[in-house]
Amino acid sequence: MATVRRSALATMRSLITPEGVDLQVKLADAGTRAAAFLLDVVFIATAAIAVTIVALFGVRGLGTDEMQPLFIVWIIAIFFLRNVYFIAFEAGRRASTPGKRIVGIRVASRNGAGLSVDQIIARNLMREIEVFLPLSIIAGRSGMGVADTLTTVFGLVWALLFALFPLFNRDRLRIGDLLAGTWVVEAPKRTLMEDLSARQDPVAKTFQFSHAQLDAYGIAELHKLEEVLRRDDYFALRAVAETIGRKIGSTPQAHDARPFLTAYYGDLRAHLERKLLLGTRKADKHARGSNAGPTRLP
Amino acid sequence: MNSPVPGDAVRGDAVRQSLASFRREREADWKAFEALLARVEKRAPRALSEEELLSLPLLYRSALSSLSVARATSLDSALIAYLESLSLRGYFYLYGARRGLRQRVGDFFLHDWPGAIRDLWRETLVSVALMFVGIGAGAWLVASDKGWFDAIIPSGLAAGRGPDASAELLRRMLYDGDNSFLSGFAAYLFTHNVQVAILAFALGFAFAAPTVLLMLFNGCMLGALFQVYWAKGLGMELGGWLAIHGTTELFAIALAGAAGMRIGTRIAFPGELTRMAAAAHAGRVAATAMVGVSVMLLFAGLLEGIGRQTITSDVTRYAIGGGMLALWIGYFYLFQVVRNGDR
Repeated sequence: MATVRRSALATMRSLITPEGVDLQVKLADAGTRAAAFLLDVVFIATAAIAVTIVALFGVRGLGTDEMQPLFIVWIIAIFFLRNVYFIAFEAGRRASTPGKRIVGIRVASRNGAGLSVDQIIARNLMREIEVFLPLSIIAGRSGMGVADTLTTVFGLVWALLFALFPLFNRDRLRIGDLLAGTWVVEAPKRTLMEDLSARQDPVAKTFQFSHAQLDAYGIAELHKLEEVLRRDDYFALRAVAETIGRKIGSTPQAHDARPFLTAYYGDLRAHLERKLLLGTRKADKHARGSNAGPTRLP
Repeated sequence: MNSPVPGDAVRGDAVRQSLASFRREREADWKAFEALLARVEKRAPRALSEEELLSLPLLYRSALSSLSVARATSLDSALIAYLESLSLRGYFYLYGARRGLRQRVGDFFLHDWPGAIRDLWRETLVSVALMFVGIGAGAWLVASDKGWFDAIIPSGLAAGRGPDASAELLRRMLYDGDNSFLSGFAAYLFTHNVQVAILAFALGFAFAAPTVLLMLFNGCMLGALFQVYWAKGLGMELGGWLAIHGTTELFAIALAGAAGMRIGTRIAFPGELTRMAAAAHAGRVAATAMVGVSVMLLFAGLLEGIGRQTITSDVTRYAIGGGMLALWIGYFYLFQVVRNGDR
C-alpha cells in the first residue's frame, strides 16, 4: 500500500491559483493518454471514410473528367481533417479532444497561466512527426512497392522512440508538450455525493463507541472505510465490519454490518475532525496522537 | 473499555453539526457554480445573462474558500474531491482561455503571424541562403556528371524528366495543361511540401542540424532540375513554371526551416533561461510561424493546381509569381510600419 500511495503522489503536481490555493492537479498516466489518442484516431478514421464515400458518390455522378479536381479536394480534406481536428478541439473551452473528454483528461499549461492557442498548435504539430510521419512514410513506401525491411524498421524505431518518450520523464511529457510548455492533467467531472455521516439509519443509532474504541484508527483508515461504504458491496461490508469489530472488541451481528459501519464511520469522523480542530492530524492507526498532547511532527 | 463516554459523544456531535451546516449553507453556491460551468463549457459565454456572468468569479472564489475550509476541517474525502474538481474546472475556465478562437484568428492575421516572421528574420536569411547554396550545388553536380541527377531526385518524382529526356518532352511537360497526371501530382506535392515544411520545423529540436541538411537537399533537388532544363535552353521557361507557385512555396519552406532553426539554436544556446524554458519559448514563436507557413502552402497548392495548367504564358507566370512574392514580403515586413503609423 505504501508503494501505491507513493506512485499516486509522484503524479501529483501543485497548481497554485492567483488566490493562493493549491489545487493539486494529477498528471494523466500513459495508458489513459494512449486510450484517448486511440479513440481520436478512430474518430478521425471514421470521418475520413465518410469523406471518401461522399467523394466516391461525387465521382459516380460526374464524368471522369471531373475526377482530378475531386481527387485534389479529397487529399486536401483528409490532410486538414487530421491536422485541424486536434488543434480545433484543444483550442476550445475544454482544451480536450473528444477522446480526451471521454477518458476525463485535458491539456493545461505547465506554468499555471492560461493556455494559449500557440501552445496548442505547437504541441499538435509535433505530433505530426511523432506519429503520422513515420506511419505515412511506411505506408507510402509500401504503396510504391519499395518498402524494404530497413525503412520499416527505421520507421518503427522512430515511432517507438517518440511514442515511449512520455515514459522516460517524470512529467509524462511528449516532445510536443516539452516544446509547447504544456502537460496533460486529469480533469474529472465529479458529482457531489451524500454526506455519509448525515445518513439517517435507525439501527445505527443503537451503536455507541467509547473514546478508546475511536482511537483505534486514523484518517487513512477512515478514508478506506468511506470507500467501502460508498461502494456498498455486501461481502466487503461484512469483512470490514468483522475486522473493525475484532480490533475494537465489539462484534456486531452479520446482517448489521452496514449500520454498524455507518455508525462507526460517523463517530470516528466526528472524533478525528474534533482532533483536527484542536490541531492534531492523526494520519493513520500507527500514529500516536491521542494522548501525546500537542501535535508532533511525524 | 467498552463503556461509552457520553460527554465525548456530545462534543463529537457538535463538530459534526457545524460541519453539516457548513455543507448545507454552501451547497447551493456549489451547485449553482457547477450548473453555470456546464453551460459555459458547452456554449459561448454569450449564452449567459450579464448577472450570471458577473456571478461566475464570485462563485469561483466561494468554491475555493469552501475547499480551503473543507481541507482544514473536514475528513469527508468525497466532498474534498468534489470541491477540488469543481475549483479546478472553474480555474481552467476563468484563467484558461483568455481569448476566443475567433478573436484569436483575427489577432493572428493582424499581429501574430507577421510578428513571428519578423522575429525570425535572421534564421530566415540563413535558411534562404542555404537553399541557394543547395541550388548552386545541385546544378553544379549535375553539370559535372549526369549520374548525380538520379541520385538527387527520386525516380518517382522525376517522372521521365532527366538529363537524357528530349527537349520536346521537357517542353511539353511545362505547357501541357492536358496532362491528367499533373494535377493529381500537384495535390500530392501540396501535402508533400507541407510535410517537408513540418519536418524542417519538427527536426529543428535536434540542434537544427537536420533542418540545415533538409534545406540544402531541397535546394539541391531544385538545382538539379534547373540544370537539366538549362542545358536544353529551357531555363527561362522552367523558371516561369516554377515561379507561379514556387515563390510562395519555397518561401514557406524557408520560413519553416527558419522556425526549426530557431528551436534548435535556442536548445543549443539557451542563454539565461533553462534549456526547457528556452525551448518552450522558441516553440511558441515557431509554431505561430508554422501555422502561417501552412496557410502559405495552401495558397501555393491552389496556384499550382489551378494556375500552372491553365496559364501557359511565361510572362503571366513570372508576373503572378513575382506578385505573390512581393505580396508576402510586403505583408510580413512592411505591414508593421503601417500599423505603427496608425497607433
